[in-house]
Amino acid sequence: MSDNRRISFRNPADESFSTKLILVALTLVFLAFFLFLPLVSVFYEAFREGWVTYEEALLEPDAWAAIRLTLIVAAIAVPLNLVFGLAASWAIAKFEFKGKAFLITLIDLPFSISPVISGLVYVLLFGSGSLLGPWLKSYGIEILFAVPGIVLATVFVTFPFVARELIPLMQDQGTGDEEAALSLGASGWQTFWYVTLPNIKWGLLYGVLLCNARAMGEFGAVSVVSGRIRGLTNTMPLHVEILYNEYNMVAAFAVASLLALLALVTLALKTFLELRFGAGAAGGRH
Amino acid sequence: MTASATASTAGWRLKQPSIIPGFGLTLGFSLAYLSLIILIPIAGLLWRTAELGWSGFFAILSDERTIRALYVSFGTAFIAAVINVVFGTLLAWVLTRYRFPGRRLIDAMVDLPFALPTAVAGIAFASLYAPNGWIGSLFMPFRIAFTPIGIVIALIFIGLPFVVRTVQPIMEEIDKEVEEAAATLGANRFQTIFNVLLPGLTPALLTGFALAFARGVGEYGSVIFIAGNIPYVSEIAPLLIVIRLEEFNYAGATAIATIMLLISFAMLLVINLIQAWSRRRYGNV
Repeated sequence: MSDNRRISFRNPADESFSTKLILVALTLVFLAFFLFLPLVSVFYEAFREGWVTYEEALLEPDAWAAIRLTLIVAAIAVPLNLVFGLAASWAIAKFEFKGKAFLITLIDLPFSISPVISGLVYVLLFGSGSLLGPWLKSYGIEILFAVPGIVLATVFVTFPFVARELIPLMQDQGTGDEEAALSLGASGWQTFWYVTLPNIKWGLLYGVLLCNARAMGEFGAVSVVSGRIRGLTNTMPLHVEILYNEYNMVAAFAVASLLALLALVTLALKTFLELRFGAGAAGGRH
Repeated sequence: MTASATASTAGWRLKQPSIIPGFGLTLGFSLAYLSLIILIPIAGLLWRTAELGWSGFFAILSDERTIRALYVSFGTAFIAAVINVVFGTLLAWVLTRYRFPGRRLIDAMVDLPFALPTAVAGIAFASLYAPNGWIGSLFMPFRIAFTPIGIVIALIFIGLPFVVRTVQPIMEEIDKEVEEAAATLGANRFQTIFNVLLPGLTPALLTGFALAFARGVGEYGSVIFIAGNIPYVSEIAPLLIVIRLEEFNYAGATAIATIMLLISFAMLLVINLIQAWSRRRYGNV
């Protein structure tokens, strides 16, 4: 009998070391195939012909126009949904009213609709066979196959993001702070600016981050309404598709790498907010 | 609102009294914005479908190509969601229970499919799993990309965070004492996990499954690059909508969209029912 052998005690409510090892290894293999290798391959393909080719692909005028359009669309869509998110969460979290649960379901609706259908509804509304389209056209207003259509489709798809983060957060916080401020003589706006907004700022930032990532990356809805006119109505994801279909792989992955970088920055900020403030983490699904 | 003191004691009232201002403004704005952006456009879609009439609607839906596309979309989304329930649960378990280097990073990376634009994921998967790609070449006589299996691969990526992020918070709340009690009563680890832990996780697993499935059915960007898009074989329903639109066949696009929308609404209802049921059964989800 060897006394120097460590007494092995295993907690019966725990797995053995080898089981743990196998499960962790299995997870890592799964993630390698489905998360890490795809991400690595984007950057690998983008840089496979060197930095100069990469730079050229991004500085090319059509790529540049796509980047600009993507930024413009996000700059319009995100603030719109930010204002809506604030208004909706104020109404839902600070008041008790009939039909609230139904309203929350309606706000979630765009999450369960295919992006292609989100684009299609605007094609039907403003397309040539509709009532609105030709009427607006007679005044020189183009919605479809132009920037307004792209903005509308993006707003539709990113509609719930900010509201989704804020509603549970503001419901948790209740109405006590606001009632105290109001009873001390603050006006409604003052209460919102000095009491409510500081309470929700991190959750708000979190929602805006996710909203922005989706707005810049939206593909299906935008591709239906954009008409893909190079240099005019091409957003970055659409430009990626065109380059890819032309077998211009390096350029496609170069533009894609910018979007992947945006995703990584979004994830990093999101993780930071969660660790630092436990922000919006309560929000749950997106 | 008029100052009708008599009505304050009884009768129907939209909202409970409150001293907080802004109800009319915020609710009014929210409803107006919701109607303009979401409800009116969707109503327009349904109205266009109604114009087709039952016979027109069913003629489009009974078209062989439509049926195959719906079958491919729902079938691949179902398989991907099942795989995600298995691996998503494993991933959530490993992340909540074990401590190993890189755990934080992996936890953060689980959300990548939420943040990565679908077109980027699409071209990355297509080139990785193509016959000459890093992974595709490993499996070579057997083709992954440009077959329905490729669609399943892309949908596993898209749906994974839905399962992990629904199951993980429930796992974190499991009281270790429950497992210890099971162990003292003679259950082995396997029995504890399957008979004690799993029933409590079931509602979260069902919700995660439904979310991943619903998302997978409508997914477009990440799928079209890897699918090969062969009609009747690997053509998904959202792509068929786009094709019909490009042919200016608005009726065809509308009918397919409506049937997908109706199925999505039904799924949303099921998700809500599961959550309501589990709240009653298990407290909070």
